[in-house]
Amino acid sequence: MTGPIIPLDQLKLGIRARIAAIDWSALGEKEASRLRHFGFDEGVTVEPLHLGPFGRDPLAIRVGRMTVAIRRSHARAVKVATEDA
Amino acid sequence: MNPIPLVAVAGNPNAGKSALFNALTGARQKVGNYPGVTVERHVGKASLPDGSPIELVDLPGAYGLDPTSPDEEVTRDVLLGKQKGERLPNALLIVVDASNLDNHLRFALQLIDLGLPTVVALNMVDLAKRDGLELDAAKLQEELGVPVVETVAVRKRGMAEIMDQLQSLLLQPRKVRAGEGPGEDLLHLQRRAREIAMGAIVRETPVRRITHQLDGILLHPVGGPLILAAILFLMFQAVFSWSAVPADALEALTLDAGQAIGNALPDGWFRSMIVDGIFAGVGAVIVFLPQILILFLFILVLESTGYMVRAAFIMDRLMSSAGLSGRAFIPLLSSFACAVPGIMATRTIEDPKDRLTTILVAPLMTCSARLPVYTLIIAAFIPAITVGPGIGLQGLVLFGLYISGIVGALLASLVLRKTVVKGGGGHFMMELPKYQLPRLSDVAIGLWQRAAIFLKRAGTIILATTIVLWALASFPQAGPGEKQSDVSIAGYIADGIHTVVAPIGFNKDISMALLPAMAAREVAVAAIGTVYSLDAENEQGLQTLEQRLHGRWSLATALAFLAWFIFAPQCISTIAVTRRETNGWKWPMFMVGYLFVVAYIVAGATYWTAVAFGLG
Repeated sequence: MTGPIIPLDQLKLGIRARIAAIDWSALGEKEASRLRHFGFDEGVTVEPLHLGPFGRDPLAIRVGRMTVAIRRSHARAVKVATEDA
Repeated sequence: MNPIPLVAVAGNPNAGKSALFNALTGARQKVGNYPGVTVERHVGKASLPDGSPIELVDLPGAYGLDPTSPDEEVTRDVLLGKQKGERLPNALLIVVDASNLDNHLRFALQLIDLGLPTVVALNMVDLAKRDGLELDAAKLQEELGVPVVETVAVRKRGMAEIMDQLQSLLLQPRKVRAGEGPGEDLLHLQRRAREIAMGAIVRETPVRRITHQLDGILLHPVGGPLILAAILFLMFQAVFSWSAVPADALEALTLDAGQAIGNALPDGWFRSMIVDGIFAGVGAVIVFLPQILILFLFILVLESTGYMVRAAFIMDRLMSSAGLSGRAFIPLLSSFACAVPGIMATRTIEDPKDRLTTILVAPLMTCSARLPVYTLIIAAFIPAITVGPGIGLQGLVLFGLYISGIVGALLASLVLRKTVVKGGGGHFMMELPKYQLPRLSDVAIGLWQRAAIFLKRAGTIILATTIVLWALASFPQAGPGEKQSDVSIAGYIADGIHTVVAPIGFNKDISMALLPAMAAREVAVAAIGTVYSLDAENEQGLQTLEQRLHGRWSLATALAFLAWFIFAPQCISTIAVTRRETNGWKWPMFMVGYLFVVAYIVAGATYWTAVAFGLG
């Protein structure tokens, strides 16, 4: 069953979740297209792996077969559904 | 005559594109710039199996044909035949990472749709296997409709097959070009790419990935920053201690060569120009070559292992509080050795405004050319006393000078981001690539290219500058009983400078040294030394330069001089590299202007504060 929908920056490290929606309007044009380039898309599985040591920012996220670094403020625009609550 | 066929090498960042390009072309490559942009153009030559030559161009890594950076714009424009300074390629070599197919195939599909004769290199199949992933190249070839060759660029595996494929592609008449730019929408392409990638997987066994395990250590919240600090410490040790011997040797060599040539020439202005102008001036800059090479060796190794991106990841938060991105960390760090390689290293910063800000504040980092100036003045004026357990006052002052530079850079960046370089930024999105062992030949090629750029600059701009400075100091020539420094054009300029800098406590001798110090900061030491040794002939006994300074300058003047050197853009090479990297005179002129104004204000404030405390 699917758990609640939360912003990606609230997801715990090492927990996989599926992207439920992406608020493209909350992102600049460049940031949005770079996220698409990284393969961010509804239905794709993501998993936060590491946090920046200062202020827990930025985030290292596994998306598909890649690991990418994005800032917390951008991760907030990605809403994910955890696999189970 | 038909030009040599051009093959474009294109692919995602981190697909191993440059390694493949190096494997195909070896040392037969050239680095230039595309006209009007600061994007490097790498071209190389290779021979097809039948012996006919081809030219390869290594296009900047891109995620798609909808550019988000100047690099990606060049890639798109070359492939559409719209890039100035490049002809439309005759064939296309697409490089994809075997272990990241679902992402890389999206760009590959876009590229194939362009309709150029195409071959795909399925690269790093060995690393994919290491990660438990086996792929069916034949299946992939069937789905994509173009030849697919399995390669391991770093081991030169598959290179012969690539050349075979290119040869047969180039024999075919050019196909009609299908599309112009991205036709299919991105999400649709991405889904198609994912399906094809899934279909090509033969077997996938889950294994603990080495990269993930290493990141657990290197990106550890506590361990990560400590390891980074240790690496940086090692890097600085290397830059300053390993370089001492070759730097001294280079200095001696240029000096000896200058002497030898000087002895062979008849006395006169020409000899003076060669020895005092060219050899003294260019020599002063050439001594930085060992430091710059060691610095770049570290940067190239850190870059090719994949660690550099992790360093940016660790530092991003701190850098963002000053309006910069994590990417600015390494260029600014390099600037502690020398701002020239630091500014060159800003090319890795994607966002143009982040990059410009980084360039503008890089000269504030205390470069090694300032050290001789700092040590001389500190030794002459700051008493060697301890102010606490193990803390000497002299060392404390030096530390303070470094800190002032850093704080100055952070404040300048904050102000610049709110005024002249507004907007953009907030942009930190990077792929964390797999860790890899660096390849000796790739590092060697990179190092050679950096050295060539530096030497070319020393050979042109700096040479021209030193000749001009020499001419200003040598003409008109002094008659009997006159001092050369009084009658020369430089002397008059120094008079002019003196009227400007007198209010901040600078005397005539300092004004005299500021002009030659534009060639390189540490030349100021030599210039002051010359002035005092000429005037010191009547005095009894020999005195060190420190002793002479001590008697002639007030402490307030000395402190103001130190404060001046933290900020003043006293370096023609930095100005020249800024012009090159920003493509025009606007930003270097702005940089020179704002730094001189800040230097003047801070030196003045220092002088008058010191005078108020009775140190004048």
